[in-house]
Formats: sequence, structure tokens, C-alpha cells
Amino acid sequence: MYERRVKYAIDWFTVIIYLILVICGWISIYGASHTFEQTELFNFDYRSSKQLVWIAGAMIIGVITMLIDYRFYEQISYLFYGLMIIALLATPLLAHDIKGSMSWIVIGPVSIQPAEIAKVATALAIARFMNSYGYRVNSLRDLIIPAIMLLVPMFIIMVPQKETGSALVFASLILMFYREGMTPVILLLGVAAVIFFVITIAFAEATLPLGTGTWGITACMIMLMIICFIYVYHWLKLPRFAFILAGINTAIAAIALTVNIWLNVNMQYVSIAIVLFDAIYTALLGIAHNKRDTIWIAVFAIAAIIYCLSASILISKLKPHQRNRIMVTLGVIEDRAGQGYNVNQAKIAIGSGGLWGKGLGSGTQTKLKYVPEQDTDFIFCTVGEEHGFVGTTFVLLLYLTLLIKLIIMSERQKDNFSRIYGYCVTCILFFHLAVNVGMVIGLVPVIGIPLPFFSYGGSSLWAFTLLLFIFLRLDAARLDRL
Amino acid sequence: MINDKYYYRHWVIMGIITAVVILYVCRLFYLQIIEDKYRRQADSNALVHRTKYAPRGLIYDRHGQLLVFNQPAYDIVVTINEMSKTGGCARFCRDINIDWEYYVDRMSEIKNVNTNRGYSRYTPQIFMTQLRMEDIAQLQEVIHSNHPGFAIQHRTLRDYTYPNAAQVLGSIGEVSQNDIEKDDYYARGDYAGRDGLEYTYEKDLRGEKGEEILLRNSRGRIVGNYAEGKYDSEPKAGTDITLTLDIQLQILAENMLQGKIGSIVAIEPATGEILALASSPTWDPALLVGRQRSKNYNILSNDPTKPLMNRALQAQYSPGSTFKTVQACVALQLEAITPNTTYPCSGPGSAPIKCTHHHGSPVSLLNAIEQSCNPYFWLAYKNTLEKKGYGKNNKDFKAQYNRWRDCVMSFGLGHKFDDSDLYQQSRGSIPSAELYDKWYGATGWKAITIRSNSIGQGEVQITPLQIANAAATIANAGYYITPHLNKADSMLTRRHDTKVDKNYFRYVQEGMWRVFEYGTGRHHKIPGINMCGKTGTVDNNHGRPHSLFIGFAPKENPKIAVAVVVENAGYGATWAAPMASLIMEQYLTDTIARQDLKQRMVTSVTNPNVKKYQ
Ligand SMILES: [Zn+2]
Repeated sequence: MYERRVKYAIDWFTVIIYLILVICGWISIYGASHTFEQTELFNFDYRSSKQLVWIAGAMIIGVITMLIDYRFYEQISYLFYGLMIIALLATPLLAHDIKGSMSWIVIGPVSIQPAEIAKVATALAIARFMNSYGYRVNSLRDLIIPAIMLLVPMFIIMVPQKETGSALVFASLILMFYREGMTPVILLLGVAAVIFFVITIAFAEATLPLGTGTWGITACMIMLMIICFIYVYHWLKLPRFAFILAGINTAIAAIALTVNIWLNVNMQYVSIAIVLFDAIYTALLGIAHNKRDTIWIAVFAIAAIIYCLSASILISKLKPHQRNRIMVTLGVIEDRAGQGYNVNQAKIAIGSGGLWGKGLGSGTQTKLKYVPEQDTDFIFCTVGEEHGFVGTTFVLLLYLTLLIKLIIMSERQKDNFSRIYGYCVTCILFFHLAVNVGMVIGLVPVIGIPLPFFSYGGSSLWAFTLLLFIFLRLDAARLDRL
Repeated sequence: MINDKYYYRHWVIMGIITAVVILYVCRLFYLQIIEDKYRRQADSNALVHRTKYAPRGLIYDRHGQLLVFNQPAYDIVVTINEMSKTGGCARFCRDINIDWEYYVDRMSEIKNVNTNRGYSRYTPQIFMTQLRMEDIAQLQEVIHSNHPGFAIQHRTLRDYTYPNAAQVLGSIGEVSQNDIEKDDYYARGDYAGRDGLEYTYEKDLRGEKGEEILLRNSRGRIVGNYAEGKYDSEPKAGTDITLTLDIQLQILAENMLQGKIGSIVAIEPATGEILALASSPTWDPALLVGRQRSKNYNILSNDPTKPLMNRALQAQYSPGSTFKTVQACVALQLEAITPNTTYPCSGPGSAPIKCTHHHGSPVSLLNAIEQSCNPYFWLAYKNTLEKKGYGKNNKDFKAQYNRWRDCVMSFGLGHKFDDSDLYQQSRGSIPSAELYDKWYGATGWKAITIRSNSIGQGEVQITPLQIANAAATIANAGYYITPHLNKADSMLTRRHDTKVDKNYFRYVQEGMWRVFEYGTGRHHKIPGINMCGKTGTVDNNHGRPHSLFIGFAPKENPKIAVAVVVENAGYGATWAAPMASLIMEQYLTDTIARQDLKQRMVTSVTNPNVKKYQ
């Protein structure tokens, strides 16, 4: 059932941004993959030529997606999701081991990564579930089922398929949950978890100037003390008690430091003890002033202590290469030959581009294969080297425009299903952009996920096209839903 | 759903996304615009600066005979980062025929940043240098397939037409860290002259290196020239050098010194050009080329006969009776004697110095030279120094001594030829009055104390080059041109006049002519040529006396001056005189008529310890 209206309701602006990104991606692949001797355009030994085939396929997928009735997507979403779970489970059994990952099924000349399609299925299924009657995302109970729908594919991709990067993408849907009414506390806790983790790990090797212990946990504890102080001062509005708290903290620290002259005191544990004291003090203060919610700040402080200690233990239990990846990203260790090699080479390639870049096909770093995965996960290096700061900024602004446009489009949807699905698309694309580019410029650990529409490869291009065009199809139908 | 109570949150999400993009743009601004180090690293990553080595200048003898030229050579370089992690070292050692210890030592040397300051895992490091084609033939076939990280670099090595003149020509070797710091022309792995002419004329011979900038991919594969070779430069070949040496004369001199320790120096008096500069023991210069260089160098430096020492320039001897020629000139100049002065001689019964020859008495100057009469030269020396008495605190005596010393040194004795191109000369010694003051006290020494000087013994020490130059000075009747080796360098032809009037020289020349006519040299005269010479037999503490001879010919128009020293061989007349005579014959007549004599000189051995390094 195809209405003539669709043609006019298609958001051509988004389609054009999509096309520009695909073309820019192809140019970058061309720049990265053809070597100095090889200059022919249409030789199917080269990836740039193969990518043309994938692009053509993506166009067909886009058109077909637009031709199907919009209700179809909501109707088949559970079935699609179920089939995808089965496919994901079957993948490790059929998969060929490609660089330690069990996520690729190779059929003749074509390699397919079902995990890419799983994003589409999961987004559709969650959107449908959250669109069901009487669903309220702001109750924690109602959040459990979508969370499980999310965690199942995430787990399958992460554990049996060993594809951590693709699995983490699902976590990005937390932004969609937030938009749909999830309490921001979860978001803030997530942010706090990341900050505490980074500080604990990054300064795990930095020894305190006096006594024993490291800066990592101590710094987190000092932050918790400050949180307690601000809480008492600002929310409980008891400045006098806040200063008493600060005074006691300072006194304990001073005594510990003095004792330190004769005896070795582990300042790390002293700081933990101070935070425990602060937590109890704040909780009692809250109860005394009839503000029982205060108990949560104490729970938070104690949980944070346990979390920081576990993080420092966890990091020592990680496999060396995983720990190195994290350490290199946090700047704790500089390892230009090992794990850091890729990131360093990527930075060199981008950094050498300058303002205008070296010109298409003239990048020495990418073309000479210093940068690994230069046409897939590290494709952004080619943009940086050959087109400079102008090129990278242009591409980032294109993505920003696309993402803002997707949010605006989501907000103009008249039904929850379309809006939620729109946010899912936004979140997934945003996560890919943030992690891929962040990794290449050395701000995020090396997590191998592709740059949407840019990276070489049929699976990811087709999956992203499908993901985007389903939303464009839903958007085109918004006028029918009146 | 505009009335949705969470509608505001889309602004938060937009804000988060925008913030991340802005953060990334800032980071990119830093990486691409502000920070410069990535651009430099990119260049060192991808651009290989490959040196194009300049062919070293060739060396010719005075007649245009090619002496030193270049042969292709190979270096093995290794890029540690690209080496196979799974071994293959044993196979590599076998292919290049080295032992395992050498491999391990060399690798740890390369990786030692203290000694190898240019070390990097990512750039090629020199593993072995100066290999010949046959050394690498086996390796070359398999290096790309079996030994990742290793590569062969093309260089040139020295090659020699004749197995002679090793000390004069010198050799080349890899530059040291010190060389690199002193002269920024050099880079690790370059060769430079280490000694001899290769060292002295390094700047001319080395030419100018060129450079090629290549693009390299991450596997170390070279994929082409950077910017189509726009920034490449071609090497400039080194300057060829024509020497003053006559290679035939050099070969004859070296052959005659076989089995003996000593040296022969021949100079063209009119020009100061050195025609031959032989030192024995010696070696085939090809032995210090290429891979066996350090091994052979060690053998040579451990040989107790010290072949590495260029005796012609560095050994110091008492000149013995050959010094009487100089003494005669100086005594005439200082008016201690006249050409007609005669002194009595009691033969072996003379005191304080006995005469070693039997002849009539009294003797004239010419007879004294001819007969090498010790008492004559002692009395002449005594008269030279005491002519003005001793004076207060021996002042007048010392003033006279200094005059004598200045005159002697003006013959080029007892000091280096600073304006010459000769490498590592010894100074020799004509002792100063201060030295004797130190030894004996200011008034503690008189003519009699230093009487040995009169006959060229005692503290007078000269090098074979210096005494040859003295012979040339007498041949020139009063001046010498700095002895030198480079024929083309006009800076070297500087004239030095002696402090002796040129009119006195004819008496000494006459005396030296009589040596060949009637004296100790009479058996070695070349028929039809007026030859001048003086033998010397120098007693020493190491066995038989040193055999010395100086001479020049022809008397009326000297073409060649020669000095010969043969250590611990016996009389001057037995060894040094015939050798000098043969050298003159070869040079003046271009052939040797006295083949028997030559054969005897070449085959006889005076020192069985002298080895032949061929
Ligand atoms: Zn006598």
C-alpha cells in the first residue's frame, strides 16, 4: 500500500546529507586504498571499486525501504527481533574467526556481520514495546523489560562473538530512555561511574607524596567529601554543619599525616575512612532534619567506595592487551609500539594534515599503510590527512546536522513508536560517531566500530542505510497518522 | 506530543551531541593546526632519506699509473622493528657466514643507545659493512623472503692495483661517533680515511654525498620517489689525486726491504716530491679492506715488529756518520774549519773518539768525509762550540751551541715538516741547550760532554724522511722544498733555505762524491754517473748496528736524493749503500743492470721475525 504522498513527504534534506556522507566516505576509501602505482578507477581488486557495489546495493535497500508500508515495520518488529536473536546465537557456530572476532558469516565473496542488523531489530522491538498501552518509562519496573531486550543481544555479541565494540552500541540507547522519561539519576550515576573509573585507573600508578597508597582512589574519595559538603551546605541548607564536617575531615587528615612522620599510614585507607564517616554524618543529619532522602547520598558514597575499590581490582584482573588499551587512552602509559601504535599512527596521520590537508590521494601515512584499518575503523584518518582540519570539521558538522535533524524529526512524530525509533537511530549513530572519531583522535579507547556511511564494508553500510531509511519511511507517513 | 512533559529533554540530548562535536573539533584543531610534532613524525615515518654515496677519488702515481680505485661493496642494514619475531637468526648467520656470538654482540651493540646514539627501532641500522660480492652472494638470494628487516645497501670499497705503499696510501673505515660530532657531513655508517693519504686528503677524496627521498610503507617497502624526485640530489665524485710517488721505485724499495726492518725514502731534490716512501715490515693494502679489515688490523697491531708504524716518518734513529755531511756544512758556516783545515788522526787509538778506519794523518775535510774520520769531526765540532771560549757561566759556549743547533735544524732535522701533507711524522730531536742544562746543570756540560753528537750518535735523533731531506738539501746546495706526496698541490712546494752559505756545499758534495769513488761506497757506484753519498753504521743496544746511507745523483744535476735505514743489519756499506745505489739506478736509468745485487738485496733476511702480509 503505497501512497503518492510519500514522495513529497520524504525528508529530502536528510536524504541529501546521507548521500553526501556516503560520497565523502567513498572518496576517503578511494584515497586510502589506492596505492601510488594503482590509479585506475574501476578495478574490482580495489576496495574503492567494491564499495561502489555496496553503495549501489544500499541505494536499492533505501528505495525498497521507502516502498514498504510504514505499518509493516511495527508489525514485524518482534518477529524480526526474535529472528535476529537466533541469528546472533547461530553466528559463532557458523562464523570464521576474523582477528579474534566471531561475528562474521562468510558466504562466498560476501562477509555479513549480523550484529549490524541486530541494532535495527532491537531498536524496532524496543520502540514497539515502549509504544504499548499504558507503558510508563519513568517507573523502574517498566524499564526492566526494554533493558532486557537491550541486554540480550548485547550479551550475545559481547561474549560468544567477542565483539565488545558493537555490543557497547546498545548502551547508547540510555539517551533515548532518558528522553522518554527515565530518571536523570541513572544518567548521572552512569556519568559518575565513568568519571570515578577513569580517575581510579588513570592515577592508579601515581603514588601519594606522603605515606603509602595511590592518588587514584584518594582523588575519588576527596571528590566524595566535596559532594557531601555541597550536599549539606546547599541541599540541607546547614552551612554550619557543612563547615563542621569539613573541619573534622581536615583534622583527621592532619592527624594521619602527622602520625605518618613516625608510622607508615596508608592515606588511601584514611581517605576511605573519612568518606565513610561523612556518609554516616550526612545521613544522620538528614534524618535529624526530617529529610529521609538523604539516606541515598550515604548509599551513593558507600557504593562509590566499593565501586572504586572493585575498579582498581578489576583493572589488575583484565587481560594485558585490554588493560593496555585503557591505559594508553587514559595517557597512563605511552606505548608507541604496542597497543598505542595504532592510535599514535592515527594521530600522526591526522596531525600531519594541517589546515587544508595533503590533497586527495596524497596522504603518505594512510596510503603507505601506516594507519591500520585505514579504510574501515580508521577511515577518519584519511579525511584528516588528505583534507586537513577543513575536511574533518566539515564531516563532523555534517554528522552534527544529521543528528540534530534526526532529533527534530523525532520530535515531530505523532506516535510514540516513530519517535522512540527516531531516538534509537540518533543514539546509535551518535555513539558510532563519538566512539569512532574519539578513538581515532585518541580520546576514547580503541574500540573497533565503523564510522556510519563512511567506513568500507557492505554490512555496516547496508545496516545503517536500513536503520536510517526505516525512520525516513516512518517520518514520511507522519501525515497519514492524523 | 509537544505537550509531553519530557519534551525539554531533547534540548539536553542536542546539547550533549553538540558538546561532543565541539570537543572533537577543538581536539582536531589542536592535532592539526597547533601541534607540529605529528607533521614531523609523519615525514620520518613515510620518508626515507637514502644516501647516494659518492665514488671516492682515485689515486695515481706520478706517471699516471692507477694505484687506488673503487670496487662495489655491500652493507647489511637491519630495521629492528621489522625483524621476524619467530627467529631465523641461526639461518641468517649461516647465510652470511658469521657465528652466533658475533650476531648477538652486534645486535646488542646496535641496540645500545649509549654507543649507538642514532638508534631507533624504526630506521635501518648498519649491521655489517664493507662486504664483498662473494660475502653476500648467498644471502642476497634469500634476504627478502627469509630475513625480514634486513636489507643490502650498495657501497664502494677501495681496491689496489699493486700490493704496495700501504702505509702511504692509508685506508678507509667506518666513521666514529667522534667524527660525526666533529663534522656534520658524516652520518653513521659513512666511511672516511683513517690514516695515510686517505686521511690527509679525506675532504678531496670523499666528494659529496647525494640524497634520495623515498616513500616507504609501514612494512618498510619502498614504493617510489617522493615528489617525483624533486628534492633528490646527485652525489659528486671525489677528486682524483696524482701522487709524487713513482710506483716502480716504491715496489723496488719495498722488495729490497723484505725480511728486514727499515725504510727507504727517495726525494726529487729540486721539487721536494717524494719518489718513494717505503717502510718495512709492510702489508698488502687490500688486507685492510672490507670485512676482514678489523681482524687483519688486529693482527698487524699485535705484531711485535710494528708494521703499522710508518718507519720512514715515525722511526727515530741516530744518524751516525751520515750526519757528518751536515756537520761539515755547519762547521764551515760557523767558521770552525775552512775547506783546507786538517786534523790529525791516530786511527783506533784516537781519543776521546777513536777512528774506525785506517787512513793517513793529518786528514783534510774531503778525506775526512770520504774516510768517515771520527776524530776529524769531533775536533771540528769541539772547535765549533768552543771557538769563542766558554765565557761567564758558559754563556758564550751555549750561544755557539745554539747557533750550531739552528744551522742543523735548518736542514729540516729535529722538527716536523708542518707544511707537508705527510701523516703522523715524528719530530726527531736536535737537543736544546736547556735540555742539557737540565741534565747536567747550567755549567755542568761542555763540548766533551756532548761529543757523541759530532758523529751523529748521542742525543741527535732523526727520521729517515728528515735525513733524506738533508741529502736533498745538500744536493740543492743549501735549500729544500718541503717533502710532499700530492703532485698537484702547489701550496706544498715551499722553499726553505738553510742557514749555511750555498758556497760551502760544494766541498761536502765533493767529499760525498769521493765516498763513491774511493770510500765506503766505491763498490756500489753506477758506471758513468757521478754519485754522492755517505754511509752510516750506528751502534745500538739491540744487536747488530743499524745500516744507514744517504746520497744523491747525479752530482752535477741531482735528480734523486735517497736515505736508507736497515735496522740491525750491519755496516752501512753492506746493506744501505747498495740499496740506495739500486734505487738511484732504477730511477736514473729506468732499469736495473745489477740484477745479482738486486736479487741479493731482495732475498736476504736480516730479521727473521719480519712477516710478509700478502
Ligand atoms: Zn780517522
